[in-house]
Amino acid sequence: MHPAYSVIFFTTSTGAGYGLLALLGLMSLLGVLPAGLWPVLAGLGLAFALIAGGLLSSTGHLGRPERAWRAFSQWRSSWLSREGVCAVLTFVPGTLFGLGWIVTQRPEGWVAVAGGGAALGAVATVYCTAMIYASLKPVAQWHSRFTLPGYLIFAAMSGLVLLNAVFAVFGQAASILSIAAAVLTLAGWAWKRATWQHDDALNLPATANSATGLAGGRVQSIEWPHSEENYLLKEMGFRVARKHRDRLRLIAQALAFAVPAALLAIAPLLPVPAAVAAGIVAALCQIAGLLVERWLFFADAKHTVMLYYGRT
Amino acid sequence: MTCIPAATERSLGLVIDLDTCVGCQACVTSCKEWNTGGHMAPLTDMKPYGGGVDGVWFNRVHTLEHITDAGGRTVHFPRSCLHCAQPACVSVCPTGASYKRTSDGIVLVDEDKCIGCKLCSWACPYGAREFDVDVGVMKKCTLCVDRIYNEHLSVEDRVPACVAACPTGARHFGDLGDPNSAASILVEERGGVALMPELGYEPTNRYLPPRARSERAPKVAAAALEDAAPQGGFLGWVDRLLAR
Repeated sequence: MHPAYSVIFFTTSTGAGYGLLALLGLMSLLGVLPAGLWPVLAGLGLAFALIAGGLLSSTGHLGRPERAWRAFSQWRSSWLSREGVCAVLTFVPGTLFGLGWIVTQRPEGWVAVAGGGAALGAVATVYCTAMIYASLKPVAQWHSRFTLPGYLIFAAMSGLVLLNAVFAVFGQAASILSIAAAVLTLAGWAWKRATWQHDDALNLPATANSATGLAGGRVQSIEWPHSEENYLLKEMGFRVARKHRDRLRLIAQALAFAVPAALLAIAPLLPVPAAVAAGIVAALCQIAGLLVERWLFFADAKHTVMLYYGRT
Repeated sequence: MTCIPAATERSLGLVIDLDTCVGCQACVTSCKEWNTGGHMAPLTDMKPYGGGVDGVWFNRVHTLEHITDAGGRTVHFPRSCLHCAQPACVSVCPTGASYKRTSDGIVLVDEDKCIGCKLCSWACPYGAREFDVDVGVMKKCTLCVDRIYNEHLSVEDRVPACVAACPTGARHFGDLGDPNSAASILVEERGGVALMPELGYEPTNRYLPPRARSERAPKVAAAALEDAAPQGGFLGWVDRLLAR
């Protein structure tokens, strides 16, 4: 599948943003957010910046972005529409949470509840994003039991790594956050490796025989209907990243998982300025790695229409 | 609404005979000619006269080779929207632009509502939808809704353009929801099949597999041509004269 830059950026950015928002909201509901204006406000600011930036970029791949508002209408059947609705609804408790924090600076009462609501909305939005892909039957790599947990784990993981970095910058560095972020990063790594192992053994969900109704024997393409690349080949027959798959997988694993996990694990042992730097580098490194991972998520995925072209 | 109707009053669709299709592309050009001025017009072509030509087509004919124990056979395979009973292209649409009509089962796109997110084309396993980069919306086969009910056309012309154009009668149009329609009877007689049934889209269109090889075809290759035998008479004399 063709990896549109806007969609890669959108899913990575909103995943991290919603992960961060969900963790802040959950911590407020549990009453464990550090008191004081700036650490939490900066975390919320970063979360909203990532979410808003991602949502804006997602309109970049639309043919008619001026009609994007129509996408809120079909929530009864469409995961894409549900994602849009959830994304907008999450801004309501999210904004209340932020305003409440500015006023009270304490995770208590209605502020804590608003935080809980924002966390719920964030999880629901990432759930919908994952289901957009997980519900597409023609793409076996997406229509898989690994897709939904993957999106949720990566959102929580990148959100926690960002939370750790933000709190460290504002003097609230906590060993437990750093260690938890390292553990979640390792969990994400394990999940991605399991996903790739599963995907590599996958076949297309149909065969050239069933695609053409020609039973038995072997069906091969001897002539395409057109001499140049058409929309289907450009969109569904994308092959560039597949060529470099193994190398890109190594890069993604190093940047998204190995390096951040190592930095986060040793950060509590370092003096404060170095620990802060380690937290920041881990977060930036992981986002870069997740962008590569997301690129592969699209570029590695194979669509059944290529059965007609013999390009699988 | 992009919820899929539980049932449709009719299930209009195509029956395509892979035995008689000769791959002439008449249905392809006829479809393009009609539809570039029809319901979903235009079917934009980008760089039509240079390298990198690209454009929207509702119907494309692949040429395949089917190799079995009986040998190889060339099969021309027209591919277009199958107007599925469970069209995921419709249910994934976030705007309500894609819809399946309850009256006749045709799957259509309302171009004024489409935001061009392309998700429907990802959801279609058959590659029936093509994006118009110039207009910024998704386009697809309309089963010629602007022909089949068109009272300005004579009755025999109220069929999809591809069906009207086919010189070998390989394309048939009818109500596949009615077991007594000519199209359904043909499917029954010839063992017509649905494409990729394992994905559960329940396509309406049916493909008639090529018939078994004819037993009337010569089983032994004809003898190789030999040199003309020497003849007597006038022609023999000319032959000898010229052979000197």
